[in-house]
Amino acid sequence: MDYLNTLLFGYYPYIAISVFFIGSLARYDRDQYTWRTGSSQFLRAKELRLGSNLFHIGILLLFVGHFVGLLTPPAVYHALGLSTSAKQILAVIAGGVFGGVCLKGIIILIRRRLTDARIRATSSRMDIFILLLIGVQLVLGLLTLPISLYHYDGANMLLLAEWAQRIVTFRGGAADQLSEIGFIFKLHLFLGQTLFLVFPFSRLVHVWSVPLGYVTRPYQVVRRR
Amino acid sequence: MTNPSKRPRNIRAQIGMVLNLDKCIGCHTCSITCKNVWTSRKGVEYAWFNNVETKPGVGFPQQWENQDKWNGGWVRKINGKIEPRQGNKRQILRNIFGNPDLPEIDDYYEPFDFDYQHLHTAKESKNPPTARPYSVITGERMEKIEGGPNWEEILGTEFSSRSRDTNFDNIQKDMYGEFENTFMMYLPRLCEHCLNPTCVAACPSGSIYKREEDGIVLIDQDKCRGWRMCVSACPYKKIYYNWETGKSEKCTFCYPRIEAGEPTVCSETCVGRIRYLGVLLYDADRIEAAASCENEQDLYQQQLDVFLDPFDETVIAEARAAGIPESWLTAAQESPVYKMAIDWKVAFPLHPEFRTLPMVWYVPPLSPIQSAAENDQIGMDGDIPDVRSLRIPVQYLANLLTAGKEEPVLLGLERMLAMRAYMRSLTVDDVVNTEVLERVGLTQLQVEEMYRYMAIANYEDRFVIPSSHREYASSTFDAYGEQGGCGFSFGSGCSTGSNDANLFGGNKKPQRSGGIPIKIPIKVEPAK
Repeated sequence: MDYLNTLLFGYYPYIAISVFFIGSLARYDRDQYTWRTGSSQFLRAKELRLGSNLFHIGILLLFVGHFVGLLTPPAVYHALGLSTSAKQILAVIAGGVFGGVCLKGIIILIRRRLTDARIRATSSRMDIFILLLIGVQLVLGLLTLPISLYHYDGANMLLLAEWAQRIVTFRGGAADQLSEIGFIFKLHLFLGQTLFLVFPFSRLVHVWSVPLGYVTRPYQVVRRR
Repeated sequence: MTNPSKRPRNIRAQIGMVLNLDKCIGCHTCSITCKNVWTSRKGVEYAWFNNVETKPGVGFPQQWENQDKWNGGWVRKINGKIEPRQGNKRQILRNIFGNPDLPEIDDYYEPFDFDYQHLHTAKESKNPPTARPYSVITGERMEKIEGGPNWEEILGTEFSSRSRDTNFDNIQKDMYGEFENTFMMYLPRLCEHCLNPTCVAACPSGSIYKREEDGIVLIDQDKCRGWRMCVSACPYKKIYYNWETGKSEKCTFCYPRIEAGEPTVCSETCVGRIRYLGVLLYDADRIEAAASCENEQDLYQQQLDVFLDPFDETVIAEARAAGIPESWLTAAQESPVYKMAIDWKVAFPLHPEFRTLPMVWYVPPLSPIQSAAENDQIGMDGDIPDVRSLRIPVQYLANLLTAGKEEPVLLGLERMLAMRAYMRSLTVDDVVNTEVLERVGLTQLQVEEMYRYMAIANYEDRFVIPSSHREYASSTFDAYGEQGGCGFSFGSGCSTGSNDANLFGGNKKPQRSGGIPIKIPIKVEPAK
């Protein structure tokens, strides 16, 4: 058990992150033609706008929440006047609200992808797999909320943050932090890392292409050969 | 055309097209040859880079002209600036998770094929076997085919449906539903390769671009990310989303042929000889002002003013200085498009009110004289029949071609009728009837040339296409650009495994940078 713990939470993160970056770069370099959002709105618009908007807004906010929540050292938010238990409550509320929004969206998206004949027929196996993976991951994340509510002290949160910070700062003993953590948390962590692992091989690569440059670009583009 | 401002104009050249609707017989040869060359692939079965519509009708995709529905093209704001009708850049990005203006495939039609194999494999039965339709998307049987690329062929479907055509605006349309008063015409459509394209403006990835050397608008298939804003931005609905590859595609103006000095496939194969291709010179710095003019009925004239006279010495000198090759200047002087659109003013832009400054223009069709059938007497105005008594209402044509302004269309039609009257008296009565020409403001020389171009329509008169000079089109003066190439392909179908993006930074190919400074507000991308 200790062996598995070290593998999944000590080494797997580095494997997943490496594949995430190198895989994305390689795909961008070698096969940009496959680099797209893969939108199915054109084939069936019904419900797509509502589902897609809810899902995207929810998941983006969840991502930011996880990023800031996990990687901010306790000293920093303590200095800002936020106690550990206050941060825990904040995380539970924000996670609950954004998770709920995202869940509503992904339920719509999963339903149409699996039941609409056109969408089903034009989905690749990876399209379905990645959507279900995110769906399961989302449910697992929401399931951790009642457990967190039970522990107001935020001890779990501290351990998880310590794990993440040790991973990104290359300090040893990251996996040891998680030996006392509940199973749902571990499964959530494992699937989260897996998402990074499969990212370059799925339509998720479109996340890299957020077209922020569009805002400052002139409307017209003329290309000189 | 003198240059009053004395500043050097930003002269560019474009190959434009004119379609003489007076001679279109609606045979769809252009559509079929185009489809065979460009869109006979999975994901774009439904896409017709060139299609022919019967007008009046809602067209393909349904009601494409109705911008209250689709929000295509540009809109002029109170401050006099234009922005895409579907929203400014921030609004477009806000809609990126779900585009509220995107048509669905059912607005075109569900692509179908027929189960021909069943004819071979059916067991013996009382009734002969049939090949039933199935959806190309799902592979499932379709009980009923609900639409097609030309569902309204020769006034198909009921008038109440066809009359949703927005070109009926300001027309008492009910009488045209009666059999005796009905009218029709054909409208072949392709990408307009606009001077002010909304598709380019709405593309968040910046993958759509206009080529500087010949004005062709293309989508960089590698750079397209499938945000699909271009589909809704194009008011002509001439960008098609490939549902298989997740990329948008459009008419390429057959650029490999144009580069070699050959006409596009649709033009080459047109049996009615209605298509013309030729060079137009224009001042790129005037585009924005022209597209932003207040009254949309002035847009036709505004666009005419963007074009430059290829015979003017200053224009020629400035064009040479801008690097436009000599063969292109000669071609501009012989351009049939220049003659029809600017010299004779018989060709007009399609829906100038979209403010995109389209570059595929149309000669309006003449039609049978309505009153002649009724009382055996044709309304005559001198030697020219009264244009207002033509079967196709002039207001309808004006709504199609000049944002509803009748005068230019009237003059164009009168000039065509005058040409007929002049040539008839010349060849039948052996009389030179200059009176009829004076009435419409044409010279003998002009009308005889008009006759040669529009009635005889020789191949070499219709297509005046200078081949693209590599030394002009390519900023690399050597074979580096061709090295490792494998001819034409979509995406990385024959990828060598390399593209411009470099894993390790820097440029892969040695290249020379162009010497012409970048102009604002148009982004000029560097050479590849």
